[in-house]
Amino acid sequence: MMKLWFKSGSPWIWLNAAAVSTCLIMVVAVLSLVFVRGVGNFWPAQVTQFSYQEEGKPLSIIIGEKVDTSITPAIMAKSTGHKMTDDEDTLVQYLVKVGNRDVTGADFRWIEERNVKEQSDPESMIVIERREWGNFYGQLLEVKENGKTVAKGDQAMPELQTRLDAALVVFDKIKQLEKKEIGAINYGLERLRLKQKKLQLENRWDSDAEKQFAADKAEYDAQYQSHQAELAALYKEIRRDSLVAKTESGTEIKIPLAKIVKVYQPNAMNIFDKIGFFCHKVFEFLTDEPREANTEGGIFPAIFGTVMMVIIMSIIVTPFGVIAAVYLREYAKQGFTTQLIRIAVNNLAGVPSIVYGVFGLGFFVYILGGNIDALFFPESSPAPVYGTPGLLWASLTLALLTLPVVIVSTEEGLARIPKSIREGSLALGATKIETLWRTVLPMASPAMMTGLILAVARAAGEVAPLMLVGVVKLAPTLPLDGNFPFLHLDRKFMHLGFHIYDVGFQSPNVEAARPLVYATALLLVLVIIVLNLTAIIIRNRLREKYRALEG
Amino acid sequence: MSEINPLNKLPSVMEKSTNNYYQRWRSFKDSLARYGVIAGGLSVIVALVLIFFYLLYVVIPLFKPASAEAVNHYALPESALGKTVLLDVEEQNEVAVRFTNSGQAIFFEVATGKLILNEAIKIPAGASIVSFAQSSPISEGAVIYGLSNGQAVVVKHQYKITYSDNKRLITPSLKYSLGEAAIVVDNQGAALENIAVKVGDKSTTIIAKTTDKVHLLHIEKQQNLLTDEVTLERSETVLNIPLATITDIRIDKEERNLYLFSDDGHLSFFDISDKTAPVLRQNINVVTAGAKATVTTFLNGDSSLLIGDSTGLVSQWSMVRDELKRPAMQKIRSFKVSEKAIAAINPEPRRKGFAAIDVDGMMGVYHTTSEREVLREQVTNTLPVAAALSPRSNTLLVETSDKNIYFWMLDNKHPEVSVKSLWQEVWYEGYPKPDYIWQSSASNSDFEPKYSLTPLVFGTLKAAFYAMLIAVPLSLMGAIYSAYFMTPLMRQYVKPTVELMGALPTVILGFLAGLWLAPTLEENLSGFFLLFTFLPIGVLGFAFVWHNLPKSVLEKVPEGWEAAILIPVILLIGWFAFAISVPLETMLFHGTLRDWFKNEWGIGYDQRNALVVGMAMGFAVIPTIFSIAEDAIFSVPKHLTVGSLALGATTWQTMTRVVLLTASPGIFSAVMIGLGRAVGETMIVLMATGNTPVMDMSVFQGLRTLAANIAVEMPESQVDSTHYRVLFLAALVLFLFTFVFNTLAEIIRQRLREKYSSL
Repeated sequence: MMKLWFKSGSPWIWLNAAAVSTCLIMVVAVLSLVFVRGVGNFWPAQVTQFSYQEEGKPLSIIIGEKVDTSITPAIMAKSTGHKMTDDEDTLVQYLVKVGNRDVTGADFRWIEERNVKEQSDPESMIVIERREWGNFYGQLLEVKENGKTVAKGDQAMPELQTRLDAALVVFDKIKQLEKKEIGAINYGLERLRLKQKKLQLENRWDSDAEKQFAADKAEYDAQYQSHQAELAALYKEIRRDSLVAKTESGTEIKIPLAKIVKVYQPNAMNIFDKIGFFCHKVFEFLTDEPREANTEGGIFPAIFGTVMMVIIMSIIVTPFGVIAAVYLREYAKQGFTTQLIRIAVNNLAGVPSIVYGVFGLGFFVYILGGNIDALFFPESSPAPVYGTPGLLWASLTLALLTLPVVIVSTEEGLARIPKSIREGSLALGATKIETLWRTVLPMASPAMMTGLILAVARAAGEVAPLMLVGVVKLAPTLPLDGNFPFLHLDRKFMHLGFHIYDVGFQSPNVEAARPLVYATALLLVLVIIVLNLTAIIIRNRLREKYRALEG
Repeated sequence: MSEINPLNKLPSVMEKSTNNYYQRWRSFKDSLARYGVIAGGLSVIVALVLIFFYLLYVVIPLFKPASAEAVNHYALPESALGKTVLLDVEEQNEVAVRFTNSGQAIFFEVATGKLILNEAIKIPAGASIVSFAQSSPISEGAVIYGLSNGQAVVVKHQYKITYSDNKRLITPSLKYSLGEAAIVVDNQGAALENIAVKVGDKSTTIIAKTTDKVHLLHIEKQQNLLTDEVTLERSETVLNIPLATITDIRIDKEERNLYLFSDDGHLSFFDISDKTAPVLRQNINVVTAGAKATVTTFLNGDSSLLIGDSTGLVSQWSMVRDELKRPAMQKIRSFKVSEKAIAAINPEPRRKGFAAIDVDGMMGVYHTTSEREVLREQVTNTLPVAAALSPRSNTLLVETSDKNIYFWMLDNKHPEVSVKSLWQEVWYEGYPKPDYIWQSSASNSDFEPKYSLTPLVFGTLKAAFYAMLIAVPLSLMGAIYSAYFMTPLMRQYVKPTVELMGALPTVILGFLAGLWLAPTLEENLSGFFLLFTFLPIGVLGFAFVWHNLPKSVLEKVPEGWEAAILIPVILLIGWFAFAISVPLETMLFHGTLRDWFKNEWGIGYDQRNALVVGMAMGFAVIPTIFSIAEDAIFSVPKHLTVGSLALGATTWQTMTRVVLLTASPGIFSAVMIGLGRAVGETMIVLMATGNTPVMDMSVFQGLRTLAANIAVEMPESQVDSTHYRVLFLAALVLFLFTFVFNTLAEIIRQRLREKYSSL
């Protein structure tokens, strides 16, 4: 019977089915892994207080968030050097985020469950997100103003919150001043210097120009002085308050409010507080700038950089892709040339992305950029303007990389448009381009849209070529700002995908950065899923529509 | 078209002319659009060709031979002041110096031979010069004169650059770094017949031979930390060696190895790390019988000796450790310059190359690592007396016996690269045997760059192999099922899911592979192996049970939903595999599987290894292969399958004998495109392997691929350097790899499309 069953081929069909199931399970597993870890990052975790005693050592208190649990079979634990008694089957360890890096030196600590004598989640535990040294865990003792205690015990927390809110407002003002106003002055001064050099190079530097230059410079200097005074006042204000808190080991430390982003008591929160906190954190993640070597804070510059790059890329790739597809489908005689072009398109799609990066760096950056600099920006030499990796070159490289996606998709759309429509238009006396422009292309626009969306999805996730042509781990300025000419195509930018690679693999504190990397990965995955699903839906609708037309 | 349009035949002339004008404008627009579109379409080909040729354009200079240009020749400056013992050129190729056997340093302009400065070395009264040597490395500029009274003078030639009116001015000078007083080497005052020196920042070693002794003098600078006072501490030893035959002495820059040559081509190699107790390590003949060693010198870095002999052969001898780890000099390669004796060898001060000139004035420029003769040129027709190669290796001065100096410019940009150094085993300095190594840069300047692409190509293919091992069965089986057996309703959801899988950015897959999969795999290695074995067995077992279920149950489940039914089954199998893995491991291997592999088989385990890459990249490649193969299978004309089924074949028989056969070219091209993708993938391998360029087939070892290598090294490579061009070559190799795969795949697909349409 078994033999007969095998002969029927049915077991092979089942095996093939298993392959499909395995693929589906893998996709779902990967997506859920990213989702769970990415979202978990924002949920306020309980802060636990452990009474911990290792063999032969005194009892100590450990305060922190339980991040991970690892269960190791006894035999493996032994091989890695843990002492195990015979009745223990497994070794259970917790990874605790203890924070307080300035006191303990490390953010994380592994503890063994069997040494935990007692554990509780006291409501008074506070978590302080700081601008440096990572999180603080401990208990709030008092709030101080200019070194004098203003609140203590139960009053401390509400007092702290009001003062912190005020400090944050001041902090924002300082940032605004430093980045925007003073940044604009610096930018203006730099332009002024370049203008001077340019005039000198062209031998037009005379007394008039010199006078003008001096006047402009004096104006900037005056502006700078006034901002400087304003800043000094703000700094004085923000440095006024501080808090005193107790760490797990009983040490009291003083933290100035200027260094604090947020203070909260996770153990005292109810579910609604937690949801509120979660939403707030998500918002912060999306709109804030990174802190502490990208391991904390938000990823706004990376999102912004990705979007900018994708937009510029779309502007470049769409016309080229559409024209190539129109040529293939509408103009070219099917034969050797089209075959050659199809081979070229497929090859462009198959060339490893890093090769595009190498090409972009060599050709766009060094050859094109180098020549542009020599022709138009002799004044800024030896500092390169376009002769260095930047936004424009990255967009151009990715436009080349995503060109086949647009071509293939548009071509498919054109192929689905019934011939009768073209013939009808021609028969009415329209020229070929009129037919195309008025009837065919509008009908194929959803297909172009699909192609563009897929290209955008591909570009948003591509990292390898960008590492060579313009992405950096931390860009001091955004490629779009209030300084003329507003859009700075020569600037380097940050990118979501590169952010994942950089923070996950090049960061000095990978363990601490991991939640942020998962969150960034989740965002990227969501964006790409949404884009792809949109493309799929548009495509399916389109197919249905033309099937109806043909029918 | 306008002629047949009745609307055009309007009576009004005026209207007609505007209409004509409009028609012309329309047709102009039409043809303009036509050319625009044609240009746009062809630009795709242009883009591809441009990429290829640009890469080629950057790569080609690597393989160009060097060139030499005779710029000038002039009479030897101050030829009356003695014979040249050393000729040298400074960094900017403007000033040259000639040290004479009469103790004169004559500085002159490289371009014209015009005298700049003539300075006599300070030699104690009553003594005369008997020997001369140059310190190593050459660029430091120290030389030593050995005197007839047992003393020696050490002097450096230096060049100061000043700018006035944007013009560069180079001022040469002599500096006595060990003091102007001569150094006593032989207390008895015997003449120093032969001498060698190494002048360093902290210490100086002098080896000198008198008629009956070989002295080793070591002078160490001691700086008092409090007073900054410098005192010189001397230690002296006499080397124990049979005498009379020594013709040449060399000390390396570490002052650790000493080489003595005798005129019959014998080399005695001493270890002088302990300056008070030198040890004779080796006695060896370095030329063939009958020949003589005519020139000996160090290759840049002082770890190899170049020995030119009377038969026109230059051989490279390098320190190689034998089986017992004892250092010994061994000949690792040789270059044939001509049939005539070698007159001069000038090592390049910053590369592992050298220029050798024979007695007839024939010069060969070579690079040792690449074993390449980059240039061959007759630089003079008379006997060369001395030659100098500038620090940048682009200027060559040759002094001939008829008192002339020939000034040549060399253009030798990339001698380090040859087909052999890129693809074959190369015997690098200090290595026990020839090997394939990629090591492109190090901190010190005398480093020998190792540009073997072989380990990178190996890594690329290894990663692709493991990825394909996982991706091909899963994706092809999946494609077969989804195209042929799956119910359309489920297919409607499976296809977009797989597309989504393909759209996942590789940076995310790489990040998960590196930070999640790698540690998980390390902890549950046996679990994964069990999963791979249990999965097919479990599925078959379940299928058999299913098959034997009562008909009434089976009839309730429509066909084509097997994949959905199997999902919980597979999850269960997975859970089971991991659950029993630990007890099983304990029982079978008395520890972890990893330790067992290490202890029993000697297979080491890297956390980020080829298996991790295989799984992650397999995941990335599955959708590519799946979609193309699925399309190929799905579009097999229906009448073929229906015919087969009508003739009584089972569905599976139809599948294997009809459908798969017809679709096989499409499946082949799917695999090709998948392979192309796996070969060029960057982020996954970058993040999921340790990026170690090792050649090891083991699944548990890391690797470095061409693509990852480019990503790692390109940002810090200097534009137009050899390293930069070699990285472009790596990109070109990748391009060609994928070009072949993709073109093949596309041609096959086009054929297949034609075939289907004719069926």
